[in-house]
Amino acid sequence: MPSLRTEELILNMGPQHPSTHGVLRLLVTLDGENIVEVQPDIGYLHSSVEKMMEHRNYTQNIALADRGMDYLSALVNEMAVIRAAETLAEVPVPERARYIRTIFMELQRLASHLLWLGTYGIDLGAFTAFLWCMRERELIMDLFEAVTGGRLHHVYFRLGGVNEDLPPGWTDRCREFCHYFLNRLDEYHKLLTGNPIWQARTQGIGVLTRDQAIAFGACGPVARASGLAWDVRKSHPYEVYDRVEFQVPVYTEGDCYARYLVRMDEMREATRIILQCLDQMPPGEVRAPRVPLNLKVPPGEVYTRVESPRGDLGIHLVSTGGETPWRVKIRAPSFVNLHALTEMMKGWKVADIIAILGSIDIVLADVDR
Amino acid sequence: MSSGGPEVTRMVRIPADGSKTAPVEQLVEVLHRLPGGQILVTSIENVLNWARARSIWPLTFGLACCAMEMMQAMGTRFDLDRFGVIPRATPRQADLIIVAGRCTIKMAPVVRRLWEQMPEPKYVISMGSCATCGGPFYYDNYSILKGIDTVIPVDVYVPGCPPRPEALIEGVLKLQEKIQKERRLTRRLGEAAPAGA
Repeated sequence: MPSLRTEELILNMGPQHPSTHGVLRLLVTLDGENIVEVQPDIGYLHSSVEKMMEHRNYTQNIALADRGMDYLSALVNEMAVIRAAETLAEVPVPERARYIRTIFMELQRLASHLLWLGTYGIDLGAFTAFLWCMRERELIMDLFEAVTGGRLHHVYFRLGGVNEDLPPGWTDRCREFCHYFLNRLDEYHKLLTGNPIWQARTQGIGVLTRDQAIAFGACGPVARASGLAWDVRKSHPYEVYDRVEFQVPVYTEGDCYARYLVRMDEMREATRIILQCLDQMPPGEVRAPRVPLNLKVPPGEVYTRVESPRGDLGIHLVSTGGETPWRVKIRAPSFVNLHALTEMMKGWKVADIIAILGSIDIVLADVDR
Repeated sequence: MSSGGPEVTRMVRIPADGSKTAPVEQLVEVLHRLPGGQILVTSIENVLNWARARSIWPLTFGLACCAMEMMQAMGTRFDLDRFGVIPRATPRQADLIIVAGRCTIKMAPVVRRLWEQMPEPKYVISMGSCATCGGPFYYDNYSILKGIDTVIPVDVYVPGCPPRPEALIEGVLKLQEKIQKERRLTRRLGEAAPAGA
């Protein structure tokens, strides 16, 4: 019997697709139902942020970092940009401001992971997860709004501190939220973690080994799910991360389920960090005096990194002594993780594309910048 | 619609010989000739518009940050489903495209094609400053489109960076008002819409 003639099929996915989390285009080469190769086509959201930053002073760059970079973790982006400038210009930051920054970055991590969990739930057919996560995310938005005035883009951090002190009663509200949220987190575990459908869609799917993770430079929850205990908050502590106690969740399986568990555990740890910061936070100034808005950063270059919800976010800043940076290079965690995706997807079925793509939690604004 | 945009004709032209007209158009034409038929036509139109305005199905289509607020608007607290706004995953089933976020020059042909794939009647909401005019990416920028209305015609602009979910809901309500005032049937007869009818 003559064998059937088969050939590879190229499937175009995106840029408009309900599950690509933005405007990602994937060129998938299929052999029957098996994935042979995946080639991401990026640049559909290239905002030329790095170039724009060269034309704006450091305070204006804070607002740009909110929007142009990873918009789901706006406050962490602000921290990344500010930290580079503060390191180079040696700006003193009051203690209270450092604590406030840490609280806000961890709240942002919660908000970002919640949105990821909700959309991942939709991807895998669990719509309830979306509704529950949005419910809790709104409470975090309320906390943000009470202090910064914004829900998504805050422009709250400043060179040498934060814009304003916390309003009265905010710390109690925040503490109340944290305790409420820990209960809700148990509820998510009950809904998803033991769910056989959820496990069937994620367990053993899209495995990235430890060596591959290192070779691709994967970072954040993707690397930690592959057994790589790497967290900038522990390895290069900034703000007050060296004064609070928290665990870095690490799993060795490297599959979608492990990445899910890492983020779930990170949410618990983030809540712990917030509660500790609220207890330790001293009274006092929140903004260093005599830091001009158009600060002139002395000549030199610096590379700083922060741990964004997606991983290791680095800023390489080169200054020639002017009011604006001479060059800003953003090392985006989503960009690196997207590259690792090509390896993760090889050999899996076409139905797993969405499960694997959702599990690495990329934001296209972070990939393209 | 801005002056620079493409010209869009939303009316279906009636052919010169009456043989090829659709049954609906023939019915409207007959009704219109009857004494008092105009009132009947506008009443039918009001009912059609009411149905159309209360079931706007948008395309699940997010470009950037504003898409997050769009998701929140469709999420638990704000719940756009109340207004009959149910997101659809394909342009073939959608009545509305919410352009949420900045659109790059690379993305512009894709947005245009999505809009072209949608069946008539179709509407566009431009959500946020970036989709409206380029927003914070207007100056010193080589890759962002200066407003989505250079590519597709926009019905409602929602300002903000990003607009709150309440603002998007207001935009949807404004669109409902606009749909309610439309005179599609009478326009087919080549007449001006009766004022205030």
